[in-house]
Amino acid sequence: MANEQKGVSRRDFLKTTGIATGALVGGGLIGGLVGYNVNKDGVQTKGGTQNAENHDTTSVKGLMFFTKRADFNILSQAVERIFPEDDLGPGAIGLGVPYFIDNQLAGNYGSNAREYMQGPFFAGEATQGYQSRLTRAEIFRQGIAMMEDEAQKRFQKGFTELDGGQMDEILTSIQKNEVEMKGVSSEFFFRLLRQATLEGAYADPIYNGNTNMDGWRMKGFPGHQMAYINVIEEEKFQKIEPKSISSMQH
Amino acid sequence: MAKTLDKVDVVTVGVGWMGGIIAAECAKAGLKVRGLERGKPRGTEDYLMVHDEYRYAIRYELMQDLSKETITFRNHRKMRALPMRQLGSFLLGEGLGGAGTHWNGHTFRFLPYDFQIKTMTEKKYGKNKLSKEYLLQDWGVTYDELEPYFDKYEKTTGISGENTNPFAGKRSSEFPTPPMKKTPILKKFENATSSLGYHPYMLPSANLSEVYENPDGQTIGACQYCGFCERFGCEYGAKTSPEITVVPTAMKTGNFDITFHANVVEVLKSGNKVTGVRYVDTQSGEEFIQPAEVVVLTSYVMNNAKLLMVSKIGEQYNPDTGRGTLGKNYGYQILPTVTGFFNEQMNVFMGAGALGMTIDDFNGDSFDHSDLDFIHGASISITQTGYRPIQINPVPPETPAWGSDFKKASIENYTRMLSIGGQGASMPHKENFMSLDPDYRDAYGVPLLQLTYNFTEQDRNMHKYLTDRIAEIMKEMGAKTVVPGNPISDYDIVPYQTTHNTGGTIMGTDPANSVVNTYLQHWDAENLFVVGAGNFPHNGGYNPTGTIGALAYRTAEAILKYSKNGGSLV
Ligand SMILES: Cc1cc2nc3c(=O)[nH]c(=O)nc-3n(C[C@H](O)[C@H](O)[C@H](O)COP(=O)(O)OP(=O)(O)OC[C@H]3O[C@@H](n4cnc5c(N)ncnc54)[C@H](O)[C@@H]3O)c2cc1C
Ligand code: SF4
Repeated sequence: MANEQKGVSRRDFLKTTGIATGALVGGGLIGGLVGYNVNKDGVQTKGGTQNAENHDTTSVKGLMFFTKRADFNILSQAVERIFPEDDLGPGAIGLGVPYFIDNQLAGNYGSNAREYMQGPFFAGEATQGYQSRLTRAEIFRQGIAMMEDEAQKRFQKGFTELDGGQMDEILTSIQKNEVEMKGVSSEFFFRLLRQATLEGAYADPIYNGNTNMDGWRMKGFPGHQMAYINVIEEEKFQKIEPKSISSMQH
Repeated sequence: MAKTLDKVDVVTVGVGWMGGIIAAECAKAGLKVRGLERGKPRGTEDYLMVHDEYRYAIRYELMQDLSKETITFRNHRKMRALPMRQLGSFLLGEGLGGAGTHWNGHTFRFLPYDFQIKTMTEKKYGKNKLSKEYLLQDWGVTYDELEPYFDKYEKTTGISGENTNPFAGKRSSEFPTPPMKKTPILKKFENATSSLGYHPYMLPSANLSEVYENPDGQTIGACQYCGFCERFGCEYGAKTSPEITVVPTAMKTGNFDITFHANVVEVLKSGNKVTGVRYVDTQSGEEFIQPAEVVVLTSYVMNNAKLLMVSKIGEQYNPDTGRGTLGKNYGYQILPTVTGFFNEQMNVFMGAGALGMTIDDFNGDSFDHSDLDFIHGASISITQTGYRPIQINPVPPETPAWGSDFKKASIENYTRMLSIGGQGASMPHKENFMSLDPDYRDAYGVPLLQLTYNFTEQDRNMHKYLTDRIAEIMKEMGAKTVVPGNPISDYDIVPYQTTHNTGGTIMGTDPANSVVNTYLQHWDAENLFVVGAGNFPHNGGYNPTGTIGALAYRTAEAILKYSKNGGSLV
């Protein structure tokens, strides 16, 4: 049960957030709490029944990677659980995250084009990082099939027919590495899924996520601004209407 | 068959900061210089669309293409070394300007103590302060000898700063440009550290506070605090980088050209001299031999060491016997960090790569280590680099990693979180070294460099002590929740730390304990120079580039001397 894993020790928390080894970026300190907390509670949230089809019909977003709508819908529901719609604003689906991920999987990201993918492959220690022969595209494909399998096994239903709590239960198992995958750990798949969700929520809208820049608007991040030289000494918090780099092209 | 090209006076392998400095100085003096750079040309005009966190900061657009080459890594010798398949702990540069394109621009001078660390430590604390496993040694140059070259590097780059740090070495002149703007976030740190009795000063920055023309006639723009600095190129030409300073300086002499897409695979040696280098044109696949009077390796710490190893120049370090110097004293940094959550919202998204304030009260030997179980320390800084939303999702402890609570907390705290961190010196240890990997190869069939590295007792002790000091500062700054970093255990290649790798091609006064002499001239080949942070016998409590910049200017002078007189420079 999701509620069983409450006690997140501070040590685990820090270990998995990047603080453990510090958080200097090029000697520049950037927020430490950027990683994520493995030992987490599968949170109950409302919603989660919204479908990817509810997406803005005027958009030109389309599928470049997934061939089956059903797979795309599983992805959509999963990322919505990770970053749900709430009173702050849209969730992953509303932000176009599923399209962002689909489009990324069709490109360099999905094929690990700029990563060392030569063998031999060995499992290695955690400190050695990613060691799979699988590309991200292959991991997502397998991961989504696995989520559907888990749904059938546990609830005799398709993943997208589950209620939010049931989806969370599956995601939590995946996160805790309790589900078997080939050539990769389910925990790694979860990390990838979570990271891609945040990327889609907060990347510039040119990548087909962060619809209407609402991800940025919720967070108070103004996106692409040419300069802050005139306001950087202000004590007062500056609310600035966000801008995409696409506005540079005109 | 490799095609042999016409001989040049000087060839540099790589055109980042080091290659650029050597090229500019040699070309100005009339030598014909060729830079071989495996990446592509690029410059300010390429950075108009650079405010794109996803492309540049997450997918590493400007950095090394690991599908061609990476390193392998293990924590210790009993472990199987495996390739770093994705960039993580450090971000290697590639293309014109190297990592100098996407650096932050923190530009420090190492402390006088750093250059004479062994002598000064023994004098003050006796011979047994560190165990024999630590391979401490003096560098063979003193701060005072390097000072004119620090000055030259800072004048070339126009560094913005204030000369108020009581722990720094003596300066022969003021900073070329005034410090950057002191923002409310920096002032919080300044007030807190002052009230604790420490000595805050504006971090010396290569994001210039005003437009500046350097002594070579290159103009550097004024920083606009755009918040997309580290990991990005500057669209204003305001972050000093090789492609707006030393590279055009070299170019305008008419004595310098660059061959791009040229991946050097071997340094060619005959007797006690090198004759040139062999490279692969990465576009056509053709091989070339570039003969040169002088070869300068400026291809970063890892590649410099690797090229010497595959070319069999020098003796590989062996941790069992202690023999050999090549690959020895690999060092990194120790990063004690404390995060604070505040009530008030702050303009965290504004900033610049090197906008910050620092204290050196716990760096080098500026505090007494008699009762402490470590030597050296860290500079402690707050920087306002511009928080970006994909990377920065701060949540207080006990918050779930996903779902509604995560979303709320990460959005709430994005503008309410600050962190302070130390850059701690890493002391060389006999088990931390570089060698060639027996199994994995790069795209050209050359073995990968293998890294064997772990944090040591000294590192862990320092980390703990400094984390406590930093937490005190964070508390004094008024954070409602102070979250000190966890004690460090094993070094992990995954999360980003710093691109401040050092050692492997260390400098010194004796071929028995160094790869190059104090002019960075190879002991075994008088016309081969190796330049980069690999020359540091240990790592310091600062970013390295100011110090290697100074060493490079000194080496450029030595190369000019060598090209007139020949022979060993020492
Ligand atoms: C994100 C980030 C932030 C940083 N911030 C700071 C900072 O604030 N302050 C600081 O002091 N330092 C900082 N650094 C470190 C700094 O960038 C480096 O110390 C510095 O750029 C090293 O210069 P270099 O010339 O030795 O090497 P590089 O800049 O790495 O240049 C080496 C060049 O050689 C080329 N090359 C490599 N191998 C070959 C080969 N076989 N054949 C041909 N060409 C080859 C590469 O393509 C590259 O262009 C930062 C680094 C990063 C990544
Ligand atoms: S912060 Fe300043 S130096 Fe850095 S990229 Fe922006 S304008 Fe350039």
